[in-house]
Amino acid sequence: MKAAGDPRFLVTAAPLDPSAAAVLVADAGDGAVVTFVGLVRDRNAGRRVLWLDYEAYEPLARKAFVTIAGEAAGRWPAVRLAIHHRTGRVDIGEPSVVIAAASPHRAEAFAASRFAIERIKQIAPIWKHEHFEGGETWIEGATADPQDDAARESAFERAWS
Amino acid sequence: MVVTIRLFARLREIAGASELRRELPEGATAATAWAALAAEFPAMAGYRTAVSCAVNEEYARLGAALQDEDEVAFLPPVSGGCS
Repeated sequence: MKAAGDPRFLVTAAPLDPSAAAVLVADAGDGAVVTFVGLVRDRNAGRRVLWLDYEAYEPLARKAFVTIAGEAAGRWPAVRLAIHHRTGRVDIGEPSVVIAAASPHRAEAFAASRFAIERIKQIAPIWKHEHFEGGETWIEGATADPQDDAARESAFERAWS
Repeated sequence: MVVTIRLFARLREIAGASELRRELPEGATAATAWAALAAEFPAMAGYRTAVSCAVNEEYARLGAALQDEDEVAFLPPVSGGCS
């Protein structure tokens, strides 16, 4: 799969549309499409969040999404994924990430969508700058390492639990 | 050799730039570029064990050899997705 120009793997400053992502993956053989929408929440770590600014290394982020879709297809061969991530300012209640997972059967679609969000948090070169009441801070999570087998396995385990 | 260094998030803020051009000795690796950066911007030193790197838009090890005109990116711990 090539990342550039593939509408299934998108990093964009424009608002996200979950149903548009679903349409990109669902076809006549599918009995299920699971759409996961990650939202910007108004509280984090006891702080009142005002908005988030997302920054991405765009070409590498799109490639990471392709990698994630390939890993999911390796585990669940019938599943197809679309992953769209927002950049720039995202206000409370707006989607920051949309994942659509299509499959002939629901179990694989649910599992693959959960796997994808866990994996995005591990290896997608995207950063959150949180603007909260009284200040701002970069949120720093995982050291990105796509070759870390233990991290990938933990994402698969969470997907099935 | 001359390389382009891309910086993101907190590292970008520390450097005050998202992109730098720096001359490195022949035989330089991504680790050489990082060491030069950390010397120039001491506030980056704390990221030494947490940073990831990419060369020409692909994830790479810090030991990866660099060529003239390569783009090397240093990535602080990532936090995409949602809360």
